Amino acid sequence: MTTTMERPAAVKPASGSKIRNRSLTPWLYLAPALALLITFTYVPVGNMVAYSFTSWDGLDVTMEPVGLDNYVKVVTDERYWRVFLISGYYFAASFVQIAIALYFAVILSFSTRFRNLFKGILFFPYLLNGVAVGFVFLYLFQPDGTLDTVLRWVGLGDHTKFWLGDPDIANISLAGTSVWRFTGLSFVLFLGAIQSIPSEIYEAAEIDGAGDWHKFRHIIVPGIRRIISLSFILAISGSLSVFEIPFIMTGGANGTRTFVVQAYETAFQFRQIGLASAMAVVLLLIVLLITWFQRRLVPDEEVTLS
Amino acid sequence: MADRRTFIGLGAAAVLALVSGCTGGATEEKPADFSGEVTGAITVLTNRTDLATTALPEYAKKFQAKYPGTTVTFEPVTNYEGDVTTQLSSGEYGDVLLIPNTVKVGQLGQFFEPLGTVEELKATYRFVDEKAFEGQVYGLSLGGVANGFVVNKRVFAEAGVTAPPTTPEAFLTALAAVKEKTGAIPFYTNYKDGWPLSFFNSQRAILGDPAVNENFPADPAPWQAGKTPYITDGLLFDIVKNKLSEPDPLTTNWEGSKPMIGTGKVGSMLLGSWAVPQMKDAAKAAGANPDDIAFWPFPYQTGGEFHARIEGDYKAAVSKTSTNKATAKAWLEWFVNESGFAADQQSIPPVVGQELPAALKDFQATGVELMEIPAAVTNSGKEDEIIKASEIDLAGNIYRQKLVDIARGAAKGDKESYFAELNKRWGEAQSQVMR
Repeated sequence: MTTTMERPAAVKPASGSKIRNRSLTPWLYLAPALALLITFTYVPVGNMVAYSFTSWDGLDVTMEPVGLDNYVKVVTDERYWRVFLISGYYFAASFVQIAIALYFAVILSFSTRFRNLFKGILFFPYLLNGVAVGFVFLYLFQPDGTLDTVLRWVGLGDHTKFWLGDPDIANISLAGTSVWRFTGLSFVLFLGAIQSIPSEIYEAAEIDGAGDWHKFRHIIVPGIRRIISLSFILAISGSLSVFEIPFIMTGGANGTRTFVVQAYETAFQFRQIGLASAMAVVLLLIVLLITWFQRRLVPDEEVTLS
Repeated sequence: MADRRTFIGLGAAAVLALVSGCTGGATEEKPADFSGEVTGAITVLTNRTDLATTALPEYAKKFQAKYPGTTVTFEPVTNYEGDVTTQLSSGEYGDVLLIPNTVKVGQLGQFFEPLGTVEELKATYRFVDEKAFEGQVYGLSLGGVANGFVVNKRVFAEAGVTAPPTTPEAFLTALAAVKEKTGAIPFYTNYKDGWPLSFFNSQRAILGDPAVNENFPADPAPWQAGKTPYITDGLLFDIVKNKLSEPDPLTTNWEGSKPMIGTGKVGSMLLGSWAVPQMKDAAKAAGANPDDIAFWPFPYQTGGEFHARIEGDYKAAVSKTSTNKATAKAWLEWFVNESGFAADQQSIPPVVGQELPAALKDFQATGVELMEIPAAVTNSGKEDEIIKASEIDLAGNIYRQKLVDIARGAAKGDKESYFAELNKRWGEAQSQVMR
């Protein structure tokens, strides 16, 4: 008895300390990252959720709790949920964006003259600061600005409009700016994915007599399905949270106010941090919900090219 | 009532130490204590980034000569309203600063030291009640401005208009004449930048009623014929409706508008008298005659006379968290009384009895009565609350941009339907706030 009792007892401290070491060490490595993540992501989000149940103005020492009032207002007051409809323009534009990006990514994956130059040109707009993009396009869309001048050169002078002043066109102009800016990002994602497809597969396909369309349809599209699906998630959440382009170019006037611009005004123009936090929480929930649906519809299965 | 501190507790305890810096802001009400010697260093926050390294240190030198042993440093803040509002909740906001407009009058005591009662100070200073709460003054104006139209009078003269029109109808006729005879844009809204639209709210004196601020929040429907917002917003609507403003308001540009009015491409803009020297400079820089720029009252007369509101620009205050309040107060008083800053800036001197600048004397010569309108006392802070609840930014641009959109046919509705909607929204919020 004693020996059997002692033996595990003698082993235990050694293995115990090893286990303690093993369980502590990864946390030690994780600590800096976790501290940063908690400090700058979860605590602010937690605070925001807490603010959303108050009528705080962002300044006062006291916060008046108001229960669910803010959420009720966001959901029931037409002025708050109507602005979501503006996201439709940007969502529609994101299809154009993905199509253009995919087209160029496919072409530039194969040997094309000056392909590196074109890659640079396509990616360049994404590197520009959003504020700069806003100002550039503000000038472009001015009456007798660049766009009107170009239209006149090519003989389409009758089609000049108040690109931002006309309420029927303003959102399309802004969504166009957004396409110009973000195509580069989608393009780079697609390009990277396409280049990771082994070249033997194309060669084998060519031997089998596949044309360009067949290669695209049966090799490229299945090969980069995950990236396409990711692009759509980014497109949805991106179009719901459009901010800087309408904010800089029109300030949300003329019916171009998006949900985030409205939230910004609520928070900083009307000093209703509580209500604006509730709007932010609602936006977060909607994005989570849509992403969840999207993942259910397009399951993230392993890609097989065989 | 939940204290702000309790909410911060949501994070991990280790993180609390990092964020607790944001929970400052003294809560207890202590009487102001300005005793102690005027010596040592103070920091002054300023929105005048253009003067922070030029004119302001000159003033500081004079102050330091009068009070040896003091040092005044300036901290220029580019985005003053937003940045200082954030700073306020950190507890670190210098010794002397301009009160951001985001601070409601009821909150003044949380951040600033009371400088004395309205009764005491109004004998010496103008505009003391604009940043006062329950009889205590928290900020002194550094200079005042008058409100009205900045016009290029050469353009109006070419159209046959040499004196300020006296009714909104006459003004519209004058603008139409400008458009027809000179080809200039008769009125420039600055819609895109937005804030210039807020000057339609600054014409509160037109009815000559000194109690307008007190009575305003008591009115459930201010957009009715004969009332100030109806007259001022109505004029804006009619100007845009009659196509007397710029063709595409979405691409306006404030900096660009200065040379436009200076050279006569634009006839008029509704602004404060502070804009006159800027427009004259722009005219000079563009090679036009700066004397063409004039300042006219809002086209409305009560009792056969124009009335224009004069009000204080930013008010400066002593920070509640300052560790050198004696020096801070000495600087503030010296700056307002003796520095000559207001005269240098061509603004209305904040000290009662000092002489008006030249630009405003010309304005007075048009036969306008300059009116200082007392802030609300019984209904103090109520108007802000109604604005917040109704989201009709009376002192801002969002609802007026919508007004312009409707007037130019870019949004649904007409003048009457929009004013009815405004009255409804205002009335609902008003009945909650004033109950």
